[in-house]
Order: sequence, then structure tokens, then C-alpha cells
Amino acid sequence: MSKVHTLALYNDFEEAGRTLQELKAANLPGFRMDDVAIKSPIEHPELSEMLGKRPVYVQLYTLAGAVLGSTVGFTLIASAQANFLLQIRGGRPVVPIPPDMVLTYELFILIGVLMTVVGCFIAWKLPGNRSTLYNTSISEDKIGILVKADPLVIPKINEIFSRHQPLEIMGEQGR
Amino acid sequence: MIHTTDESDIQIERRFVPKAKDISEDIAWAQINKDVLRSMERPRLMYWVIFLASLALFSFGVYCEVYQYQTGLGVADLENPQVWGLYIATFIFWIGMSHSGTLLSAILHIMHADWRKPIYRFAEAMTTFSLMTAGLFVLVHLGRVWEFYYVVAYPNERWVWPNFNSPLVWDATAIGTYLTSSIVFLYFGMIPDLAICRDNAKGFRKKFYWFLSLGWQGTDRQWANFRVAYLTIACFLIPLAVSVHSIVATDFAVSQQPGWHITSFPPYFVAGALYSGCAAIITLFIVLRYVFRFEAYMTMPILDKTCRLTFAIAMVWTYLNLIEYASVWYGNDEYAKQTLIFRATGTYAPYWWAMNFLGSIVPFALAFKSLRNHLPTMMVVSLLLNLGMWLERFMIVTPTFAHGYYPWTWTGDWWPSWVQWGIVAGSFGWFSMLFMLFCKIFPTVSMYEVKEMVYHRFMARKARA
Repeated sequence: MSKVHTLALYNDFEEAGRTLQELKAANLPGFRMDDVAIKSPIEHPELSEMLGKRPVYVQLYTLAGAVLGSTVGFTLIASAQANFLLQIRGGRPVVPIPPDMVLTYELFILIGVLMTVVGCFIAWKLPGNRSTLYNTSISEDKIGILVKADPLVIPKINEIFSRHQPLEIMGEQGR
Repeated sequence: MIHTTDESDIQIERRFVPKAKDISEDIAWAQINKDVLRSMERPRLMYWVIFLASLALFSFGVYCEVYQYQTGLGVADLENPQVWGLYIATFIFWIGMSHSGTLLSAILHIMHADWRKPIYRFAEAMTTFSLMTAGLFVLVHLGRVWEFYYVVAYPNERWVWPNFNSPLVWDATAIGTYLTSSIVFLYFGMIPDLAICRDNAKGFRKKFYWFLSLGWQGTDRQWANFRVAYLTIACFLIPLAVSVHSIVATDFAVSQQPGWHITSFPPYFVAGALYSGCAAIITLFIVLRYVFRFEAYMTMPILDKTCRLTFAIAMVWTYLNLIEYASVWYGNDEYAKQTLIFRATGTYAPYWWAMNFLGSIVPFALAFKSLRNHLPTMMVVSLLLNLGMWLERFMIVTPTFAHGYYPWTWTGDWWPSWVQWGIVAGSFGWFSMLFMLFCKIFPTVSMYEVKEMVYHRFMARKARA
């Protein structure tokens, strides 16, 4: 059965935290904490911790970018210099390492930065579809708890939401 | 009950007077959005005065550039040995100006100095537009501007043979990297705020912000990835910023001109860059605080911290400046020594002394709290500091060319033509115009970070209570 979303809006992090605790403790069938997302105007690590470990892989893209940048940087410059071996260099090396390190360093940073951003975009699943359940007050001062679960469990989840004075509960049709 | 106050009460009271807060923790989050978004809608009249004045200056600069392009570099009085003139001096000035924004923002971000939060956005924008302005001077000072690609590092297939060992080629690459990374850093840090703009805008602006905000909804996964990526970019930008101005310094330090061949040039340039950038942050802080009514966010304690930081950097610059003189004076290069004497006593001596006075003596005004808290004084001081920093660059370039190795090349009475001055003035107009446009289109105060700042302070107060 396809899952559906429901979103509850809260006035503060304390209420949202209590709701998450109850959701976790409820152990409902067809519902996992991994399917819960918090939507908030600022980052709140303590609240995010209640959702369980959610690893971030952006650094791997950074590492790949840094390695790629250094390699590509040095290879491009060295190959351009080595392209013309007949050039008279007066005994100096055709591919001088120390000065080439400057451009290698710049490309290491440039591609490292760009790959970090690309990694973040991939983690955000851009340009993927997002849940249509969103309230503009989330970007202002409200905290949203978005749950994806079996339609049969949704009433029970909404019941838990309702026990913690939500400002609003929004639902969607099953897909 | 009659309460009497004696001296000991006063002493105790003084000891426990709370320090002024960087920001009030009682500001509502919704109010933060409202204040910042309002600034983009209805700035004070002064905004338009500054914008139009900038546009006028820029137009004059364009006129001068067109005249120079059509007539030739002769109208700028650029000829051997004065081949760089104001153009390269101003190029270094703008590169320097670009440093404080991104570099300080990145350093303070890594150090969790949360007072940066209300001011870092405009400082990063300053970096981007300064770099764009600096890049123009590379083109402007070329006789054959259509062959600008000679300075870019690219493969030799077209038989152009860019010299990969030349600092000028390094320079182009470093500036390109810094500009790209600074734009990425500025834009990336703005995504949550662009979502706020999207949620509050209508019509075309909504579509514009919708596109730029990349579907940001503030989910925990988005925040976690965003934080790691932002911190990583900040870590990359610190060495990058240092490398950019060091490379600009090597343009000079690896040459054979007397007075330039000094080991301390790279740190000297980096310190000068940070110095002028910090002074520019003070200027823009005061302007934006007034124009956009940001008194609640760009507060006096934050200005106070910025001024103290500027003072510290000014002292570092002063030290490195003295080291430069000492290296030449006690060194074994008689030509360099004569150039130094020429700077201090020759035709350009008034500017040399003015540079030293403005760069090393005027910053002592920042050491006094009463002056730091007086906005008009700080405005004047910050402008004077930047004038001093511009003169520093002028003094590095012009007197050295005017007093080289061969006496028959000496041009002690050389003075830039009105075309050069016009293009330099136009660059200030270009920078201000772009900056003011940015402030009108994008939020200059980071709303989500100010909310974090307010929230953490509020929680700390709650915990104390």
C-alpha cells in the first residue's frame, strides 16, 4: 500500500519534541521513525537526534572533488607544458613541480568546493519531487513534523499530534 | 523604606551592570522576517541617492573607458616605465577589499563567533562585487584588451603559450577560483533565506525566489547536509583567500624592481587586504544600518567588535609595513634603499606620509570606546583607513616605476591623467551600484542565522534563570 503524508505544525520545539517522543514510543505498525521529518526555520540538532542517526555523506563528495581537482589540475598543466618538448628551456625542467603546485592547489580548492555543493544537491535529491505538505509559516517561526505512513495508521498518528496542541494538521490524499 | 546609596553600592552595581547585548533575545522570529523583508521593499530615500550617485560615477567611468579604448592607452598617460598606473594599484585595492568579507565570515563561522551572523551576508556580497570590480582592471589596463585570454591558464594547442610559471597566470586562476567559490559561498548560505523570500513574495519575484531556493523546506536532512557543506566550503575558503592575495603579492615580490623583491610581501599584502576589507565592512555597516533601518540587528556592540578586530589587524599591518622598510633599509640592495628614500622625500612624499599616517596612526581612534560608539566618527575613520590603504597600493606601484634602476627612466613628476582617475572613480560607482542592487534584491541580514542567535541566547537566559 502506498504511503501518505501528514504534517502537524507546532509553536515551539518543546511541543514538537514531546510529539516525537510519543510517536517513537507508540511503535505503530506501518510506521518507522525513518519516515519522520522535521521542518523548522532553524536547525535544531537535539530534535533531529530523536529521529535516530541520519548520516551525511557530503564529505565524501568533497574528498572526491579534492582528489579530482588536484589530479586534473596537475595533469592539465603538466600535459600542456609537456606538449612542446622541443621548447628550449635552458636546462630547466619541462614540467617544473614547485610553480605547478600553485595552479594545482587552486584547482584542488575549486573542484573541492564545487563537488561539495553538488554532493549537497544530490543529498537533497534535487531536482526531485518533495512533499506538497508545507506551510509558509515554517520558514517564519513554526515547527512542522512530517510523517509518511500507511493510510491506516494516519488517524492514530494524527491523534498523537492532536494531544500536543498542534496549530494545524495537514493531510494529503493517498497516492 | 528609604534606600541610601553609598560608594560601595555603586561599585557593586558597576561590577554587575550587564554588558550591552549583540542582539536582543526578545525579538520575535516573525519580526526578524518582517524587518528584513521590509528592508528590501522600502529603503530610506538615501538608498536611491546612493544608487543614483553610483550610477552617475559608473557612467562616467564607462565614458572614460570607451574614450581610452577608442583613442589608445596614450590618453591614460601609460607609457614606459609607468605601465600600470592607477589601474593595477586600484586592482590590488579591490582584491584586498574582497578579502575580509568571505575570509572573516569563514573564520568566524568556524570559530562559532555568532556576532558575525547579522553582518556576514553583506560582507560576503562585498567580496563578490569587489572581485568583479578588480577583474575589470585587468582588462582596462591592457593595450589590446581583446587578447585578455593570454593571462588565462589553458592548454597550448593554439600556440599562445601561457607561461604557467608566471604569477600573472597564477593570479588569473586564483582570482577566478576565489570569485567562483565566493559566489557559491554567498549563494549557498542564502538558500534558507531565499525560501523565506519565496514564501512571502508575489508575482514574478515569487518565481525568481522559488527558482533560487531550490525547493528548500527546512527539513532536518536538508539542514544537516547544508551545515556540513557550508562548513566545508568555509574551510576551503580560508586558505584560498590567503593564497589569492599572496599570489597578487608574488606578482611584485618575484620581480626585479627595486623595493618589490621582499620576502615579507605576501603576508604584508594579506594583512593590508584584511585591513581595508574590515574598514569597508565598518563603512557599509553604518550605511546599511541607516538606509535599511537595521538598528536592531546591526547593533553597536557588533560594530564595537568589528572595530576592535580592525584595530588589531591595523597593528599587524603596521608591523609588517615597518618590517618592509627595515628589510630594505638594513638590506644590501642600494637601489631598493634609494627607492625607499625617494618615496619618503621625493615627489610622492606627501602621499607616502599620508599613507603611513592614515594606515598606522588614524586606527588608534578605534582604540577608544567613546569613538567606536560614535557612528559619524567611525564613518569618517573607516573612509580614511581605506584611503590610506588605497594610497598604500599607489605607493607600491607608482614610485617604484618612477625610480627604477636606470636614471634615464626616472619619471619623478609622473601623474595619472583624468582618464585614469575617471575609470578609478567609475569602479567605485560600479561596486556601489552592484552592492546596492544586491541589497534591494536579496536579504542583507541572514534571517535564519539571526533566529538561531536569538534562540540560543534565549535558551541560555532560560537555563540561567
